[in-house]
Amino acid sequence: MIHSLFLINASGDIFLEKHWKSVVSRSVCDYFFEAQERASEPENVPPVIPTPHHYLISVLRHRIYFVAVIQSEVPPLFVIEFLHRVVDTFQDYFGVCTEAAIKDNVVVVYELLEEMLDNGFPLATESNILKELIKPPTILRTMVNTITGSTNVGEQLPTGQLSVVPWRRTGVKYTNNEAYFDVVEEIDAIIDKSGSTITAEIQGVIDACVKLTGMPDLTLSFMNPRLLDDVSFHPCVRFKRWEAERILSFIPPDGNFRLLSYHVSSQNLVAIPVYVKHNITFREGSSQGRFDLTLGPKQTMGKAVESVLVSSQLPRGVLNVNLNPSQGTYTFDPVTKLLSWDVGKINPQKLPSLKGSMSLQAGASKPDENPTFNIQFKIQQMAISGLKVNRLDMYGEKYKPFKGIKYMTKAGKFQVRT
Amino acid sequence: MTDSKYFTTTKKGEIFELKAELNSDKKEKKKEAVKKVIASMTVGKDVSALFPDVVNCMQTDNLELKKLVYLYLMNYAKSQPDMAIMAVNTFVKDCEDPNPLIRALAVRTMGCIRVDKITEYLCEPLRKCLKDEDPYVRKTAAVCVAKLHDINAQLVEDQGFLDTLKDLISDSNPMVVANAVAALSEIAESHPNSNLLDLNPQTINKLLTALNECTEWGQIFILDCLANYTPRDDRESQSICERVTPRLSHANSAVVLSAVKVLMKFMEMLPKDLDYYGTLLKKLAPPLVTLLSAEPELQYVALRNINLIVQRRPEILKHEMKVFFVKYNDPIYVKLEKLDIMIRLASQANIAQVLAELKEYATEVDVDFVRKAVRAIGRCAIKVEQSAERCVSTLLDLIQTKVNYVVQEAIVVIKDIFRKYPNKYESVIATLCENLDSLDEPEARAAMIWIVGEYAERIDNADELLESFLEGFHDESTQVQLQLLTGIVKLFLKKPTETQELVQQVLSLATQDSDNPDLRDRGYIYWRLLSTDPVAAKEVVLAEKPLISEETDLIEPTLLEELICHIGTLASVYHKPPSAFVEGSRGVQHKRLPGSAGSGESVESPEPASAAVPEASPSIIPSQGDLLGDLLNLDLTPPTSTAAPPPTSGLQMGAMDLLGGGLDSLLGGDLGGNPMGAGFGAPASAMPPSFSAPASGGLDDLFDLGGGVGMPTGAYTPPKTMWLPAMKGKGLEISGTFARRSGVIQMEMTLTNKAMSVMTDFAIQFNRNSFGLAPAGPLQVLTPLSPNQSIEVSLPLNTLGPIMKMDPLNNLQVAVKNNIDVFYFSCQYPMSVLFSEDGKMESKVFLVTWKDIPNDNETQCQIKDCHLNSDAASNKLQGSNVFTIAKRTVEGQDMLYQSLKLTNGIWVLAELKVQTGSPVFTVSLKCRAPEVSQAVFQSYEAILRN
Repeated sequence: MIHSLFLINASGDIFLEKHWKSVVSRSVCDYFFEAQERASEPENVPPVIPTPHHYLISVLRHRIYFVAVIQSEVPPLFVIEFLHRVVDTFQDYFGVCTEAAIKDNVVVVYELLEEMLDNGFPLATESNILKELIKPPTILRTMVNTITGSTNVGEQLPTGQLSVVPWRRTGVKYTNNEAYFDVVEEIDAIIDKSGSTITAEIQGVIDACVKLTGMPDLTLSFMNPRLLDDVSFHPCVRFKRWEAERILSFIPPDGNFRLLSYHVSSQNLVAIPVYVKHNITFREGSSQGRFDLTLGPKQTMGKAVESVLVSSQLPRGVLNVNLNPSQGTYTFDPVTKLLSWDVGKINPQKLPSLKGSMSLQAGASKPDENPTFNIQFKIQQMAISGLKVNRLDMYGEKYKPFKGIKYMTKAGKFQVRT
Repeated sequence: MTDSKYFTTTKKGEIFELKAELNSDKKEKKKEAVKKVIASMTVGKDVSALFPDVVNCMQTDNLELKKLVYLYLMNYAKSQPDMAIMAVNTFVKDCEDPNPLIRALAVRTMGCIRVDKITEYLCEPLRKCLKDEDPYVRKTAAVCVAKLHDINAQLVEDQGFLDTLKDLISDSNPMVVANAVAALSEIAESHPNSNLLDLNPQTINKLLTALNECTEWGQIFILDCLANYTPRDDRESQSICERVTPRLSHANSAVVLSAVKVLMKFMEMLPKDLDYYGTLLKKLAPPLVTLLSAEPELQYVALRNINLIVQRRPEILKHEMKVFFVKYNDPIYVKLEKLDIMIRLASQANIAQVLAELKEYATEVDVDFVRKAVRAIGRCAIKVEQSAERCVSTLLDLIQTKVNYVVQEAIVVIKDIFRKYPNKYESVIATLCENLDSLDEPEARAAMIWIVGEYAERIDNADELLESFLEGFHDESTQVQLQLLTGIVKLFLKKPTETQELVQQVLSLATQDSDNPDLRDRGYIYWRLLSTDPVAAKEVVLAEKPLISEETDLIEPTLLEELICHIGTLASVYHKPPSAFVEGSRGVQHKRLPGSAGSGESVESPEPASAAVPEASPSIIPSQGDLLGDLLNLDLTPPTSTAAPPPTSGLQMGAMDLLGGGLDSLLGGDLGGNPMGAGFGAPASAMPPSFSAPASGGLDDLFDLGGGVGMPTGAYTPPKTMWLPAMKGKGLEISGTFARRSGVIQMEMTLTNKAMSVMTDFAIQFNRNSFGLAPAGPLQVLTPLSPNQSIEVSLPLNTLGPIMKMDPLNNLQVAVKNNIDVFYFSCQYPMSVLFSEDGKMESKVFLVTWKDIPNDNETQCQIKDCHLNSDAASNKLQGSNVFTIAKRTVEGQDMLYQSLKLTNGIWVLAELKVQTGSPVFTVSLKCRAPEVSQAVFQSYEAILRN
């Protein structure tokens, strides 16, 4: 099982270590540093690194490497999932997951890690159980603790840990009972230079914020559940009911949680909400290149495309660019060759464009590589897959909760090749 | 106010200050001090000096303080075992606390203190906690058993904790079940054959019930455990599959992958025509695709596993090609894996899409990735025949870009395409030749030279081209030099008139000015071939080469089967069997797919020791699952283990080898009778060192064959038996026997390469044995031994080796090494090989000796079913150096008096009674060393029966 954990910052310092079994020397991280040196980019460090006696499994989150050390055969996904859970927990507790936040709360961090694993076996990873065991630090609580001498460790056995609904604590009470659901879809696509879609798929999630008193039992039904043929559920969802009736039936955890994530595969037709017209040319023998880029909306069902950001890694031969945006601002970093254009909102009447020239190294030959544009955008009040919630009902409690559903579509890895 | 303040106390006297604070009366101050201590500990400072002071804080009602002290204890107890004893009482007390949280915490912490003295005290509280009324305590205690086992396995067994743990599998609480399974699995890893997790339909049912209710981590443990079970029939298999399928929709990717493992394994048992089988196949695709939308680290692990799945069941993902298309900002490790899977999924239906993508990748920024993409195009051409033309034109387009590394890579793969489709795409040669000057990498240069040599007759200026390479001959790498030598010889054989000077030049460069033995040997052999028999040279050098296929980069089926059983583990990430790399798994269970897949049941094993291991280890191919370096390894030095194509016929094989790594098979196989070989004449063992280079292997073998074959002796040679099954030899199979031919003991072996990579560098060694058998010379094996090829080797033995008595006496332990690994096996040689030729005793001496040896040393035994008369028996025995000294006939009974001498000088006297008409012989043996009698009997029996 998981032996030890090292947290390493961007400059390669180990700033926290935790051992669940015998102590593993820090020097084991040397193998990680070697791999880090070999990798051209921080994110290219391989996730599984063998060393003579151990294996290092790492994830990079918030510019911190979480490096787990294992000695025997352990499923790597198990370790990676656990590390993600650690990151989520830190974020949940401290608001951000940074080196400073971790150092500021080192004792809580240590207590958390101790609670999360026992001898390398996961013990309590559910946020609400952990919060009953170890209260998250707040300014108020630290002050109160200092004055009264009380502690931020719970005295009681967390009730959820043993119940049939371990994700929910008992005795939840709210004055305002509310349940909000956000349907967020990310569209991943590769568009080729002629504008046709090579591949497009949708990663959707339904995130919930449920603050309901008691033990509510919710059901959520969709207008078009057939879209959801590839889904991953929160453990609270009753799978049999879904199989039989295509209805989500569950006792929700308290607070924020991800109810389900789904995937609409490339085999379905996926609507592409923006198009890009581009013309990037380099002439042989000239030190100038032309750059012409226009964006436009399509298939957006009348909703506005907002927060548009275009970025691209221009060829290495490009020294500088001189461009003129019709709206928004652009930046170009001559060292990394990263072009970034903050477009804002697309106005269908007046399409945003970025035109101008690029200067190349004098005498250099025409660049070999074609830049790829990475596009980010947001569309409110629309789920691009067409998924729609039909109704939400609550059983088991008497009060009337306030319910709300929001839809949003975002670009995931949306790439346009030239 | 944050904890970072604890880090700032770096001034001197810090420990002293902390000590004072820890002993303070104020609770709050104490707690702050402990926090400071913990903070120092986390950053790796040594605060062990504070041990007694911190332990003093343990007796408190404050839960946080207690936990902090426990944290400290776990870290430092090992270095202060005597002090740690002080804490025991508190632990024992806490284990009785009314609060289950405290009970669990105490038993959990105690298990983490890896001090023997403490573990003794742990047993009683642990036993109570395992039966605690509160499931939270029970589940914590279950893990504690695993901890304790890690510290002191014997103690756990003696105390019967394992049985208690087994009982917990039937616990009413699913969390307890999951933890019990996890603990047992971990313990079982160090006891491969202990059968701790005795899986039967009842326990399986309990596990499946718990599966639905326990946490995600528990589900992983249970699924991994389920994967070890082998259902009784397809109905049980189906019912388990049905209950596991819902896990495919879990949010935790590790749960999903473990469920995939169970399904992939149990699917093997389902009949293919079953409706459910098809349903299951369809259900497997979406979760795998979903894994690819996760974080890159998860993607990587998922991709490595998908790589295995598509090799085993390509139908699952055959429509999902697009999800493997590379995004430009994927990390490089994800890109390369996706590329590999794309090629595995490539088929006639999707090849157009794939090629368009690959061409796109070839214009990316990352050089490594671009190279792999170009190679991938070549692999597609070889895999999908219909697409070859399109691939070639894509490659030509890429060559037109003139990007240096793209061109070089393209030329290397075009060479492979020529190997697969000879005489089809030669029109492109002109384009290739245009780029000759830009090639600076050895592999590309070698490939180009190969192409020029191979198609010399169609390239007008082939001689000029090759000559241009020759100018810098000494600066080239070996690979290029070897290829240039062969290329020019090919050219000469095709256009002898105008290239004589060139060939002279290259031969003299290779033989006189080079100190590389491979190059020199090849040069000499070409030279002699050309000067003695140009026709033979032509036949050899220009022989038809076998085609290559895409199969070469697939994982070997036995290994693939095992890896499928290990989906989701490190083994699946590295594509190696767990036995190959995981330290700490002291013994490894080999897993096999059930049902139809389990074809080759474990082969009969010659050594009793290995009989305990149920499955032999499968062969390994050095992981070339990545883009294969090059499909045919024309001119690399032998140790590189790129897979060579399977031979089409022995003759072709020989010819190909000639052009490839070594000339050995030429001499060993094709020209065995050529007197030219005599020029190299020297006994095998006396070969000068320079000849022991691979190319000379064949020569040695020639002489061995001459000595070994066709000796007309009547000596009995038992039939060959399997000594090393391929499963244990990582693809190397050895069967063999022993023979005595003209006074020399020969170990005759058949080596068969059942792996998919070439084997080279064979060597053999014996362990000390009863009669000092030792190889008289090195093991001469035609190098390299290609896949599916077998060869006969005859190894002369002497009896000058070190002696150690073995049991049985004629047991021989052998180690055989090749480029892959060292393999050990043991075999038994027939005693008859040790019977020496001078074993005939004078009849007088016989009489005296017979009387001289005490009767206690006489042993008697019967040989049944032997239909021979006494003369025939005598002749037969004589052939194996058992000499009849006298014969007497008494009352229809023939008495033969015989003698034999073992190589170590032990005489054995025998009296053989043959009753005419009866198939039963009676043998009485007398010997001063009666230990050998048993083995001599066996030889008698074997000789007479055959």
